[in-house]
Amino acid sequence: MRIDVDHHAGLPGVFVRVDGKVKINARHMHYRELNNMVKAAASEGVEEIVLENVYGQRYIGSGIRRPVRIVVHGVPGNDLGAFMDGPRITVDRNAQDGVGNTMNSGLIVVHGRAGDIVAMGMRGGKIFIRDGVGYRAAIHMKEYRKFRPILVIGGDTQDFLGEYMAGGLVIVLGLKGKGRRKVKFNARHIGTGMHGGTIFLRGEVEDHQLGKEAAAVPATEEDKDFIRPFVEEYAGYFGANAAEIMGSDFLKVYARSHRPFGGLYAY
Amino acid sequence: MKSYLLPQFLVDRDDYRCIRCEVCVRQCAFDVHWYDGEEDAVFADESKCVGCLRCVTLCPTNALVVRHNPTQHPPNANWTKEVLQNIYKQAETGGVLLTGMGCDKPYPIYWDRIVLDASQVTNPSIDPLREPMELRTYLGAKPDALKIGGKEGKLSLETRITPQLKLETPIMFSAISYGAISYNACESLARAAAEAGTYYNTGEGGLHRNLYKYGDHTICQVASGRFGVHADYLEVAAALEIKIGQGAKPGIGGHLPGEKVSAEISRTRMIPKGTDALSPAPHHDIYSIEDLAQLIYALKEATHWEKPVSVKIAAVHNSAAIASGMVRAGADIIALDGIRGGTGAAPTMIRDNVGIPIELALAAVDDRLRQEGIRNRASIVVAGGIRSSADVVKAIALGADAVYIGTAALVALGCHVCQKCYTGKCNWGIATQDPYLSKRLNPEVGARRLVNLLNAWSHEIMEMLGGMGINAIESLRGNRLRLRGVGLTQEELDILGIKHAGA
Ligand code: SF4
Ligand code: SF4
Repeated sequence: MRIDVDHHAGLPGVFVRVDGKVKINARHMHYRELNNMVKAAASEGVEEIVLENVYGQRYIGSGIRRPVRIVVHGVPGNDLGAFMDGPRITVDRNAQDGVGNTMNSGLIVVHGRAGDIVAMGMRGGKIFIRDGVGYRAAIHMKEYRKFRPILVIGGDTQDFLGEYMAGGLVIVLGLKGKGRRKVKFNARHIGTGMHGGTIFLRGEVEDHQLGKEAAAVPATEEDKDFIRPFVEEYAGYFGANAAEIMGSDFLKVYARSHRPFGGLYAY
Repeated sequence: MKSYLLPQFLVDRDDYRCIRCEVCVRQCAFDVHWYDGEEDAVFADESKCVGCLRCVTLCPTNALVVRHNPTQHPPNANWTKEVLQNIYKQAETGGVLLTGMGCDKPYPIYWDRIVLDASQVTNPSIDPLREPMELRTYLGAKPDALKIGGKEGKLSLETRITPQLKLETPIMFSAISYGAISYNACESLARAAAEAGTYYNTGEGGLHRNLYKYGDHTICQVASGRFGVHADYLEVAAALEIKIGQGAKPGIGGHLPGEKVSAEISRTRMIPKGTDALSPAPHHDIYSIEDLAQLIYALKEATHWEKPVSVKIAAVHNSAAIASGMVRAGADIIALDGIRGGTGAAPTMIRDNVGIPIELALAAVDDRLRQEGIRNRASIVVAGGIRSSADVVKAIALGADAVYIGTAALVALGCHVCQKCYTGKCNWGIATQDPYLSKRLNPEVGARRLVNLLNAWSHEIMEMLGGMGINAIESLRGNRLRLRGVGLTQEELDILGIKHAGA
């Protein structure tokens, strides 16, 4: 595969400052080197860091505690925004596994698809994925008081969506092809071990696709009012038609109990 | 349903000594004792007694004796009393048997079959009371070689040393979560670690805000549930530990039942009050050594490469190969927890039947890392049944850099190893979230007891080192020549890498 060298990005490993932004050409850089530069720029207080030619570097956005904007041109590596606390990341291509792993606050917007375990153990902030995601999205997502993670997936998901989910909100829009109104999801074991949080699916699933700890009911108008702002935010990022999306039926998946294993033991 | 369970203990009260003070009535959270005003007498419902000896210890007139119920079941080597009682319990509840603390089965305790050497005539022993004796220990990856540079006669170290933990004595407190034990017990451990110049480990329950001030002496754990793991938590820690497994329950996760998730626990774990806190068996982002490496480096990246990262596993059959992978995955410290390691709650069958003794795992792991020439790249910390300073010395001679003590630390705080931690009713104020019970443990007194224990053990370690003619713990590490086995088979000796006594 040929990667075009972006001559405007400057030499790899060199800061280029343009209008209060910092640009870094990540080409051939080791993630550690790249992240050190990103952290250094963030600690200087710049508002926006643009990363060119990103090609699989891991942990981008990790260990930064400021709401700095990070624009990723290219495909970031695993654990994008892991343990992240504040940054606002935009990716113009696909992302890999572990997007937002144990993330605490901030924003990740992916203009493409993402791999497995998106939003794993996420506790706060928002993630928007334009297309679909892999297995185990939102696994063990949690919430606590003001921390309420939100994950919006434009396409569909693979199996084990919301496994062990303990809190937070997941919205799956099922926009495939030309945004058909009714989507049949193929994922199985949705909400297995789920004991908190809510998943909204635009489209249908059969009962057998749900884990035994999860239940599904049609979303009410109230429910839809609740998720509308997040769908509108999604539409804002990716240019979809929010009103049309919200015109469809949604399914609300929730935990049957907050104590799924309450009766398991002999005391 | 009529229960067929027999009381495990009998409570004998000497009515002549009993002054009806009702201390036992107030002290027993299992509601064993009650006072009958009409008869002016104290009675006991023995079926509820767990044998924690709180009442016996506090009775001002020594009027109480709690003893094993001597009732004999029909003699049978197969269908023992314990087996029968377990089956009755399960027939009555349909549940998984739960227990607390470490495995109590009589698997061989190798520490007790290993003896230490001492100097006689040729190599004089050292008296630690008069001569300097070094117990200081550094945990973390050590470089393959040191490059010394310098100019104009001034030497300087050119090799970059990766972050290390500095211990004044090679003993740390094992991971025990806030949730499994009370806040006061956590504070006791934290204060003692700070005072003694060592570390305690948060376990997987997050870190209470009030304890952040002991951060320099805190190892913060990151487990599969990721409870309470956020930027402040990672930042305040002296080191991070990825918990893969635990000696008491290798291969399974944990459930902190919703009723134990109090307001404070909920704040610390950052989960809603009253929900089950489920720690899944695996980390969802770890399915291979490569994935482990990814999490190790994620934590290093998130903390700017300033802290050592430990990885804790339960000692299992192929620990040596796993440990090799862990070192190659970037772990700075490898924590091994043996089959006798404690827990706040584990299924009894798992606790008592899964895993291997720590002595064998330690010997195997240390050997393997040496054979592969990577022993310097990680420190080894062992846990699971360290009961005395002699066990510590033997562990270090077998190849450990330091030990974790959990049960021994709780015993110092008053635990009587009744194994009922999972009930949340610990009369000693340790394994409980009930404020009435937990205030029995004063953190200042608790810290004092723990520091006393560490000081006493440290002094004993110095005496043993001195006896061997060694003046630094460093010189004992992996020095298996100073160990001999007693009554062990050739196979056991080979695995432990030691000779039989007399040889
Ligand atoms: S449970 Fe403990 S305090 Fe209660 S009667 Fe038994 S030994 Fe005494
Ligand atoms: S901590 Fe408490 S409940 Fe657990 S074994 Fe010790 S005394 Fe018993």
